[in-house]
Amino acid sequence: MVEIKGLAETLAAHPLFQGLGADTMTFLEGCAANEVFQAGSYLFKAGEASDRFFLLREGDIALEIQIPGRARLTVKSLHPGEVVGASWMLPPYTWRFDARALSAVRATSIDAHCLRRKCDDNPALGYEVFKRFLPILADRLQAARVQLVDLYAPLNQVGRTG
Amino acid sequence: MNETATMAGKATATPLSEPGEGLLPRPFRVAAARRELEDVVTLELEPLDGRPLAFEPGQFTMLYLPGIGEIPISISGDAARPEVLVQTIRAVGAVSAACCDLRAGDRVGVRGPYGKPWPVEAALDRHLLVVAGGLGLAPTRPILHWALRNRERIKGLHLLYGARTPDAVLYPAQLLGWSGAADMTVKVTVDRHSADWSGHVGVVTELVPSLPFDPAEGTAMICGPEVMMRFSLQALQGWGLAPERMYVSMERSMKCGVGWCGHCQLGPYLLCRDGPVFSAPQMTPLLGVWEL
Repeated sequence: MVEIKGLAETLAAHPLFQGLGADTMTFLEGCAANEVFQAGSYLFKAGEASDRFFLLREGDIALEIQIPGRARLTVKSLHPGEVVGASWMLPPYTWRFDARALSAVRATSIDAHCLRRKCDDNPALGYEVFKRFLPILADRLQAARVQLVDLYAPLNQVGRTG
Repeated sequence: MNETATMAGKATATPLSEPGEGLLPRPFRVAAARRELEDVVTLELEPLDGRPLAFEPGQFTMLYLPGIGEIPISISGDAARPEVLVQTIRAVGAVSAACCDLRAGDRVGVRGPYGKPWPVEAALDRHLLVVAGGLGLAPTRPILHWALRNRERIKGLHLLYGARTPDAVLYPAQLLGWSGAADMTVKVTVDRHSADWSGHVGVVTELVPSLPFDPAEGTAMICGPEVMMRFSLQALQGWGLAPERMYVSMERSMKCGVGWCGHCQLGPYLLCRDGPVFSAPQMTPLLGVWEL
């Protein structure tokens, strides 16, 4: 009983679910579990079934792409307060990247089958969940586009640093 | 002495009316040349006439190599130590490449300091946020020196710094020292990592939401390539920082440094005379213009 209450509080404290009503939190906590990962271990790997996502509470995560014959490439790092994983939202529900713990990680995982079922059964909840994920996805898309700009490229002229 | 330097911090600077001492290069000796990156060198210059070159954070000098040319270079040292002129230079042209080849004992000419400085007093009793990208850390380093000396006069000190790769991070040892300093937030991010990098990966604007203070209490000073400053201003404003509390340092090809030649004109401004530091409301309309 105590653990369930702790989980609800943990969910409510995370930015993704902040402001949701107590009924919704009770609804969601049935899909949630606390998990711990050692530094260097993987939360998931590309190609595996995307059967959950994570609310990162402590520690840092690297989203990586493995390219045979080359060093792994980190495409983004994630930090406490952020959400790890969006592939659970869309078919074929498989991870696109690896997620590696850069340090000891504490996270709350949300069972994707459970949440999708609840969202299907309760469209208002589904709309709320998707509304909360959409800005995250938009921010990451924007960040990826900005990254393409090569923000730190020097001017092609002599300026004040040369 | 030109009025631009003596009026530092005022809203408007006045160009020189006639040639004088302020336009004559003073002889300096290279006391030390330190390679920071593959194409970046920091020079420590000492005045041969023994007169310290007093400056304010954000100002620049015109660095002259006889027979080669003259370029504007930001001052990246500590304004409390004017006896040593510290300038970090990237080799992008003939003069800057020659500067990067200088060795201890070589001589150069220096004019200045010129330009409107960072309004550091605007950060008093507030959280001071410095956002730097690439070599933009060099012109902002004097702010951090000032802030660390005046730490009790500001609520918080925060540095967000972005670079292309870990190998392109400027002043890594100093960043490490600052990150270990009490009461200073230092966050460094890179676009692309190397094997051993365990820090943040992503653009510098992604670090903004994690800043540990109320944006209503913040003053931001931003320096880097223009596109980086443009997106940083957008991110900070979206976070809640008021535009009038944000400042940027602009970069253009400067020739005279005192508002005479017009080479550094950007819209209604001559960057050397009216800047290089501007408020966000002054610069935001110009940062997205395709061509001026």
